[in-house]
Amino acid sequence: MASSNHNLSIAQYAIGLGDDALTLGHRLSEWCSHGPYLEEDIALINISLDYIGRARMFLDHAATVEGEGRDEDQLAYFRDDREFRNRLIFELPRGDFAETIARQCIVDPFYVLFFEALMQSKDPVLAGIAGKAIKESRYHWKHTHSWMLRLGDGTAESHQRILTALDEVWGYHFELFEMTDLDRELLDAGIAVDLAALKPKWDSMIDEVLTAATLTRPEDTWRQSGGRNGEHTEHLGHLLTELQFIQRAHPGLQW
Amino acid sequence: MTHHEASSSQRHYVPHPSRSPFTEGRRQSTQRAAKRTHHKPSPQLIQRMAQQPSPVLSLHTQNLMGHALLWRPEIALEQDMTQAIDEQTQAELDAFQARVDSEQKIEPKDWMPDAYRRTLIRQISQHAHSEIIGMQPEGNWITRAPSLRRKAVLLAKVQDEAGHGLYLYSAAETLGEPREKMNADLQSGKAKYSSIFNYPSVSWADIGAIGWLVDGAAIVNQVPLCRTSYGPYARGMVRICKEESFHQRQGFEIMTVLAAGNEAQKQMAQDALNRFWWPSLMMFGPPDDNSPNSAQSMAWKIKRYSNDELRQKFIDQTIPQAEHIGLTIPDPDLKWNEERGHYDIGEIQWDEFFNVIKGNGKCNRQRIAHHKAAHNEGAWVREAALAYDAKQRAKASGQVA
Ligand SMILES: [Fe+2]
Ligand SMILES: [Fe+2]
Repeated sequence: MASSNHNLSIAQYAIGLGDDALTLGHRLSEWCSHGPYLEEDIALINISLDYIGRARMFLDHAATVEGEGRDEDQLAYFRDDREFRNRLIFELPRGDFAETIARQCIVDPFYVLFFEALMQSKDPVLAGIAGKAIKESRYHWKHTHSWMLRLGDGTAESHQRILTALDEVWGYHFELFEMTDLDRELLDAGIAVDLAALKPKWDSMIDEVLTAATLTRPEDTWRQSGGRNGEHTEHLGHLLTELQFIQRAHPGLQW
Repeated sequence: MTHHEASSSQRHYVPHPSRSPFTEGRRQSTQRAAKRTHHKPSPQLIQRMAQQPSPVLSLHTQNLMGHALLWRPEIALEQDMTQAIDEQTQAELDAFQARVDSEQKIEPKDWMPDAYRRTLIRQISQHAHSEIIGMQPEGNWITRAPSLRRKAVLLAKVQDEAGHGLYLYSAAETLGEPREKMNADLQSGKAKYSSIFNYPSVSWADIGAIGWLVDGAAIVNQVPLCRTSYGPYARGMVRICKEESFHQRQGFEIMTVLAAGNEAQKQMAQDALNRFWWPSLMMFGPPDDNSPNSAQSMAWKIKRYSNDELRQKFIDQTIPQAEHIGLTIPDPDLKWNEERGHYDIGEIQWDEFFNVIKGNGKCNRQRIAHHKAAHNEGAWVREAALAYDAKQRAKASGQVA
């Protein structure tokens, strides 16, 4: 049945977006009480909260259109890493503050552009989530942008640290702009975002912040992808071990 | 929907690139946190709290924004000198007491006895440290929360506690105590924090117990502080108490669900209550006949009820809640006293309390080591922020000249 296949495609798409948000939200939440000072603890918890909020909305939508009686928690807590569809950059360990800011520097401008586009989706739920998330991501980007300047143009040590961190995460940014078959199918239906089309704008946002922060752009010498096919790094398994522990130990209960 | 689930729409925490995050970020995050709840405090609350800043504070604030030197020894000197001068005339003391007695708020600029200032600094900073150290046992379950909803609510709660810490540090700064000194005193062990956070949070039910009992006890302690004589502290407590009551409710809700769950969940809930009940009662401090600072604090209206009165209030309100969800208070001597109109409880093990305060709780060393490690790991970040600000100022003044 065409329409039920179509719904499954939308569910898959929403699961990918939900897994992206869930894994990054989890990583950011690891900062709680570890921030360089209290103000930053609050900021990072707040950003984490935004991502967990998105994960809930996307996974709830996926569960609804899928129509198999699952809910957001069954999707989050009862899939193994091979079934997770997040792109790799989101599952990487939180690292130190430079690594966190470097990842956000790639991710935040991407999301600003992505949600602007997703707001036009013919799927009203996805468009609605995008309308909420775009505001969040604009603030995230302001926060990250100001830190890029401070770290890049701060001390020699901070300059070196952010440069190294950016270099270590750089190869993961390509996957954000990769179009899968599912992306193409739903793009034709007016539901998904044309990721490749976002790249030029993203490039110019990145170039602007790097120049302002006195940093040089890493070279495109390596690349990693596979998350949308369930081909993950070793890190995801550990993340899920922690995330899913209670539900797996005591399945089928209310919490 | 709890207020927390709808909470992530405010983000004023983004520090302005040209300002020090030590000052700017703090003010913005406090405003942001204030806006997150349904029960918004008046937007002027933060402003009012900082109104009439003392000369010491504004110097200090300028210092934070302007120079890498974060702790001005002359502030301590200034305080030591005033402590040394024993010439606070009886007339000044009488006038001060009269203001307190007539329920006028004392503001940062007002004259106040040094002992009053010191008592407040000790109490407010200890309260702030408790909020901050309390993030650790609760943060311990953020990555393992059993549902996405619980995870979001817990994140929001811990974020609130961090906001309380900031707010209280700011209130203490209005008394001339620099934040960096408070931080150093916490790490050196000179300053204390609530002993309850030296107990480990070993199961998910502990998150329920902490919200229900620890936030519950905090509310009983803190509601009277909304009328405390020092203005900035009193105004700060109004907002904090509103948030604490959400925390208490969500903790109780966790316990309710567990207590109505399967055998393992019930056991988890009862076990958490067994471990947190007595330490919660100890949160109110030693019994009245053994509480050296209380009388003066009462006269100054910093405190309004005695430790034992507050403890009794907490006991009386919590026992019916435990009964309601079918959990057993771990006290064989517990019984309703018809004559007094209160519950009688068994003996509190005060030797345990003093032992934990002395540093022998399961987590004392871990909590401080954690705090130091985060602080030290962040040193290069703070240096970068200061260096960047200095460069920006140099550029700006170069342009002016
Ligand atoms: Fe609090
Ligand atoms: Fe609280």
